[in-house]
Amino acid sequence: MTDVPAAAPPPAPGRLDRSPLVQLTLARVRGFFREPSAVFWTFAFPVLLTIALGVAFRSRPPEPVRTAVEAGPRAEAVRAALAAGRDVTAEVLAPAAAATALRTGRVSIVVVPGDPPSYRHDPTRPESRLARAVVDDLLQRAAGRADALAARDELVTEPGTRYVDFLVPGLVGMNIMSAGMWGVGWVIVEDRQKKLLRRMVATPMRRSHYLLAFVLVRLMFLVLEVPVLVGFGVLAFGVPLRGSLLALGAMAVLGALAFAGLGLLVASRAKNTQTASGLMNVVMMPMFVLSGVFFSADHFPGFVQPVVRALPLTALNDGLRAVMNEGAGLVALAPQAALLAAVALASFGAALRLFRWA
Amino acid sequence: MTDLAIRCRGLVKRYPPDVLAVDGLDLEIVRGECFGLLGPNGAGKTTTVEILEGLTAPTSGDVEVLGRRWGRDAPALRARLGITLQETHLYERLTVEELVRLFRSFYPRGRSVDEVIALVALQEKRGARYERLSGGQKQRLAVACALVGEPELLFLDEPTTGLDPQSRRQLWDVVLAMKARGRTVLLTTHYMDEAERLCDRVAIVDRGKVIALGTPRELIARVVGQEVVEFQAPADGVTESALRALPGVQAARRAGAGWALTVERPHVAIPALLAHLDEKGVALGALSTHRASLEDVFVTLTGRNLRD
Repeated sequence: MTDVPAAAPPPAPGRLDRSPLVQLTLARVRGFFREPSAVFWTFAFPVLLTIALGVAFRSRPPEPVRTAVEAGPRAEAVRAALAAGRDVTAEVLAPAAAATALRTGRVSIVVVPGDPPSYRHDPTRPESRLARAVVDDLLQRAAGRADALAARDELVTEPGTRYVDFLVPGLVGMNIMSAGMWGVGWVIVEDRQKKLLRRMVATPMRRSHYLLAFVLVRLMFLVLEVPVLVGFGVLAFGVPLRGSLLALGAMAVLGALAFAGLGLLVASRAKNTQTASGLMNVVMMPMFVLSGVFFSADHFPGFVQPVVRALPLTALNDGLRAVMNEGAGLVALAPQAALLAAVALASFGAALRLFRWA
Repeated sequence: MTDLAIRCRGLVKRYPPDVLAVDGLDLEIVRGECFGLLGPNGAGKTTTVEILEGLTAPTSGDVEVLGRRWGRDAPALRARLGITLQETHLYERLTVEELVRLFRSFYPRGRSVDEVIALVALQEKRGARYERLSGGQKQRLAVACALVGEPELLFLDEPTTGLDPQSRRQLWDVVLAMKARGRTVLLTTHYMDEAERLCDRVAIVDRGKVIALGTPRELIARVVGQEVVEFQAPADGVTESALRALPGVQAARRAGAGWALTVERPHVAIPALLAHLDEKGVALGALSTHRASLEDVFVTLTGRNLRD
């Protein structure tokens, strides 16, 4: 307690020092950035996930049609005729080896030379059906068939149709959901469990300021999270961003508000973080599965679709994909925007009625 | 303007199904005094304090704080109170200075951040995160957050439980400084030395009721006497009535493996006691005397120890 340096005259406290809303918001921001794991899950994890999935599902050149020719007197002639085709591999195999290659999927079809030749294949395998068409075409032409018309090929591979183009908006949506639910719900319940909420309610602090600080922090972080992930997708994978930044921002903000509201609702009565995390998983798991983060929600059968369409994450993902991949404008996004706004209003309203302060 | 800081009548708090935490408690605390609420764990001290702080609603009863009632007056009232809860954790990752500034921002007026940090002697820790503070430093910070709005009435719920002697001393100084400024302090404690040192008046609470009220000296003199003599002796050798009949002895009770006598004049009572034991042929174990304390008041009134 000795050697206290002579303090410089303290600076006059500024207006920001005296604003409870600013101080509450700063407390949240500082707490977040001083928690390395929170920073990782919010910013680094989605980028790492994009890299991993983008690499795993990257676009490849067209797969060749793999064929085998059963060894015999005319086998070499048939092989030569097949090998002349574009993107076709052909090899001559002894009958037993050819049967094994077909069974294990190493080749899609086995041609038994003869007059006429026969094609051995499994019609339930799509690549076998393709191989039959290609093989038959090549052999017919080699036998002298003339094409009735000569069609031209126009080749297109457009960004917007690849898996990574589908994935990035889904990850943005998922991130907005997780960050909203955890960032609001978990933190409030932690304050309650530590009796810090009770301590703050014992001051003249306005309760609306306490809650508003969460919304402000969510919106501030959104300005960091979304550009990091979208920017990474655009720069590293050439993911398209066809719509306006305004439309993208509007969807992101509505999504953030909807999930902040749901986080608040989950936190409104929970007494400890175990209860809260259980509740949050109950709310989020169905959306991870049903809302089209990793694969299209259209795959689910018709009777599930009303549920799928009612989920806020489905609306958010659809909206983000429409903006990024199809260039949808604000008007086209009205249904998704309306659903997110309704979820936000309903959840905030319900949470404020249920909220346990002291 | 009333001269009472706190007035409550017939306070009852029932937790369904069958816990009666506060059972018809009355209290009047005068402005400018330091008032102690003493009692064992589970006596209803914390529930009472949290009702007075407006954090818990009573089942029934009437509460007035600084002449106001909880309810419509709550926001104005909160600005005039400072509170430490029995158990608070502040934000782990924030520094002392950041936390005090956060609490300061909630109050319309009050002391500066630096002033309050100096008051609890945490200047050297102002840049340290909460998670790095010792228990005593955390508690002093909690008190700093309670003082930052310059409260007229300060509630301290077991402020020194489990603290090191240095932190205890520092918190005592804070309370004495509050008193010197004419502020009112309500504190709950287990420590009788703390209550005797700080409190102008104390109420002893047991099973949700006030069982004794007065200044510490008054209570000790009225309930116990001036001095306590304790000695060890076999249980069958002496009787309570024989001990009480000795000159200078006011009361006698069993205490552990022996007896505790409250006496007016030890120089008369002790020789008489020794003579009596000698006559009965009872072998005397340890003998000691101490000045009667609030602890003795509690044991005398309830037959139990405070820390049971």
